Amino acid sequence: MNASAAAASVVSCWSCKGPVAGRALFCSVCGAVQGPGAVDHFTRLGLAPGFDIDLGQLERQYFGFQRRLHPDRFAGKSPREKALSQQQATALNEAYETLKDPLKRAAYLLAHRGRPVDLTACGTINDPELLMEQMEKREAIAEAESLDDITRLSAEADAEVLACQCHISAAFNAGDLDAAGHLTLRLKYLAKLAEDARSRKARIARAR
Amino acid sequence: MLLQLHEPGETPGPHEAEGGLAVGIDLGTTNSVVAIARGGEVEVLRDGEGRGLVPSVVFYGEDGQVVVGDSARSQILEAPDHVVSSVKRLMGRGLEDVKALAGTLPYQVEPAAEGGMVRLKVAGRVLTPVEISADILRAVKARAEEALGKGVDKAVVTVPAYFDDAARTATKDAARLAGLDVLRLVNEPTAAALAYGLDNAAEGLYAVYDLGGGTFDVSLLRMEKGVFQVKATGGDAALGGDDIDHAIAEHFLAERAGVLGEQPITAGEAKQALMVGRIAKECLTRQPQGEWMIEVDGKPSRHRLDRAALDALAEPFIARTIAICRGVVEDAGIDVADIHGVVLVGGSTRMPLVRARVAEFFGRPPLADINPDEVVAVGAALQAEALTAGSDTLLLDVTPLSLGIETMGGIVEKVIPRNQPIPVAMAQEFTTYQDGQTAMAIHVVQGEREMVDQCRSLARFVLRGIPPMAAGAARIRVTFTVDADGLLTVAAQETTTGVEQQVAVKPSYGLSEEEMAQMLRDSLEHAREDMERRLLTESVVEARRATLAVKSALAADGDLLSEGERQAIDAAIEGVEQAIAASDRDGVDAAVEGLEAATKGFAEKRMDRGIRQALAGVSVERLGDALGDGPQGD
Repeated sequence: MNASAAAASVVSCWSCKGPVAGRALFCSVCGAVQGPGAVDHFTRLGLAPGFDIDLGQLERQYFGFQRRLHPDRFAGKSPREKALSQQQATALNEAYETLKDPLKRAAYLLAHRGRPVDLTACGTINDPELLMEQMEKREAIAEAESLDDITRLSAEADAEVLACQCHISAAFNAGDLDAAGHLTLRLKYLAKLAEDARSRKARIARAR
Repeated sequence: MLLQLHEPGETPGPHEAEGGLAVGIDLGTTNSVVAIARGGEVEVLRDGEGRGLVPSVVFYGEDGQVVVGDSARSQILEAPDHVVSSVKRLMGRGLEDVKALAGTLPYQVEPAAEGGMVRLKVAGRVLTPVEISADILRAVKARAEEALGKGVDKAVVTVPAYFDDAARTATKDAARLAGLDVLRLVNEPTAAALAYGLDNAAEGLYAVYDLGGGTFDVSLLRMEKGVFQVKATGGDAALGGDDIDHAIAEHFLAERAGVLGEQPITAGEAKQALMVGRIAKECLTRQPQGEWMIEVDGKPSRHRLDRAALDALAEPFIARTIAICRGVVEDAGIDVADIHGVVLVGGSTRMPLVRARVAEFFGRPPLADINPDEVVAVGAALQAEALTAGSDTLLLDVTPLSLGIETMGGIVEKVIPRNQPIPVAMAQEFTTYQDGQTAMAIHVVQGEREMVDQCRSLARFVLRGIPPMAAGAARIRVTFTVDADGLLTVAAQETTTGVEQQVAVKPSYGLSEEEMAQMLRDSLEHAREDMERRLLTESVVEARRATLAVKSALAADGDLLSEGERQAIDAAIEGVEQAIAASDRDGVDAAVEGLEAATKGFAEKRMDRGIRQALAGVSVERLGDALGDGPQGD
């Protein structure tokens, strides 16, 4: 760590005014909760950044941090401590919600690595191949009438989602951010398709 | 000097030793219940005759007398104009909502009240649902104080998970009026899950089906080693056992008209029919059929009903609850087969038809070995203890309804979707649509529909002072924050200039701050002292935090001070402690300021040392309980 970074990593505790590490949750001297600070979602939850994460570990980390930082732990404290704990819990929720979903996780990681993908550009598919494939499958799902058909289509869609996640993982591991970006967009459509298939399946099952 | 050391974040709440006890209150549509937890043992607080339920019914006498509970309920027939029941259905509601419920409400609505919160005409008085609920809460508080022989001034109050922001705010306001400090609003199904889960060491995915007098909720929760994580929730804040009573009453009144001839139904007849309807429903839980009588003005009529006929009347309402269950299971993205158990909550779940339909949908018999009337209050009491005395359990709840703002064409742009874990903050950027536009109206709505008029209006405010720019050039960032009580705050900021406005959402159907202040003055005999006491408590909490922080700092870095500097700080601490002992708020505030000033140089020396150490390569981890490689201390 160089000198300026070392100095910058020390901030003043709002409560006892003494030095505290910029990333500390609590001041080691007076015990006061600190603000959430600007760290990435992986660091916030104590995980190594990467697409491959252990969901069980993610959850344990999330629960562990919430146990200490949730506003329920600060009900008798001063307004400032209550507000800081709310900010901490909010930041934890945002990190957890982003990382637990493969699509959001991939998009976040791409942005984090300086290659953001725009997932909000809804409806427009620039890739003609992806477009054709999606249209055909959507049609098949919409036209499925029997429970057997839709169950098969739904299972296929789920399998494609999983396969795409494997490809994204491989792309990130190979450092191929272009491919990861493409695949992340593809995952968005596949996930939507799988969701449509599930709800169509539920509707057909109900109608029987 | 001896210092008491505590785990970070686990310092005991400073006002534990002083003030009153903290209880859990289930403020129900039909009945309310109060309980207290001590050392994890929960006791439902009962009256002299062992009754745990306080009917949520209020009688207002001509002389200003207010009676709550069983004695009020017994007045429903004698003095229907003086009695209010099921007021929870009106919490946070406006006149338009009430019109939609027209006829199902057994009381007169004040016609003059356009906009704002609905008002009721009772015994010549005009009252808001907040005031009436406050009267119920006062009675519940009094019962608790009598049972405990001690003052009670803090409570966890439960609300239906599906309550919107307006209804939550109204509930919190009612508690304030009753002289209760609300530690937390907890969703009813979550409270029930807490009580059930801790009692049964339940693990896995559970559904809580909560059908009360006037509200329906269903929540899906993951329970695991003291963690209660709500996955999805849904419901209907205007669907409950009351609706079934009403259907029976209508059926009986139609029969009565057939016998006695068509006549306008009087208030007395309507209230008696409702009461008879409720009794019939409850009887048919235990027996297959029965006969009941309605008698008003010496004109009796007899009504037979069997369970099949009751089921036919109740079926549409139960079908709605099952449709909502289906939606919640789909929202959570799970399979019904993954659910380990279904917990029944609310008196209406005693109906055999409800149990049969729930068992059919979830594919397993529901767990009914708990008292459905008391389990919510038990959970609230456990949470009240957790918040005041500390605990290892963690409740992670979600937003029940999407929150958004109105955009062009009356379309809703969602800012926070439903089922997001709270607390949560999310922002969305909007822009101007006219050249030179300097103000922007922001309309906050709640609900799942696309169009504004199909959602619930929460609040409107205007962001002014936007610098004139070409249409589409301004960047208005609207941030929604929902706290752990489920209450919303909205802030809007023009990001190119920093013009900012923040509003705690005082709902379109809520009380203004002035109305609230006036009510507090009117309702509390000792309003001023009460307010003063609360402010003093806040100042003392802050002063204790400040002195503890300085004492900790002295223990860590006291060697940086000369004897004279040390004496000055000790004197300042002494000053704060004396001011706390004297219970003088201004004195406390001034002493804390004095302490700040006295420690300024000390803080600078400490920072210098910290930075020098960091430069010298001393690990910054020493300087705080840093993130490291995982959560510690649990």
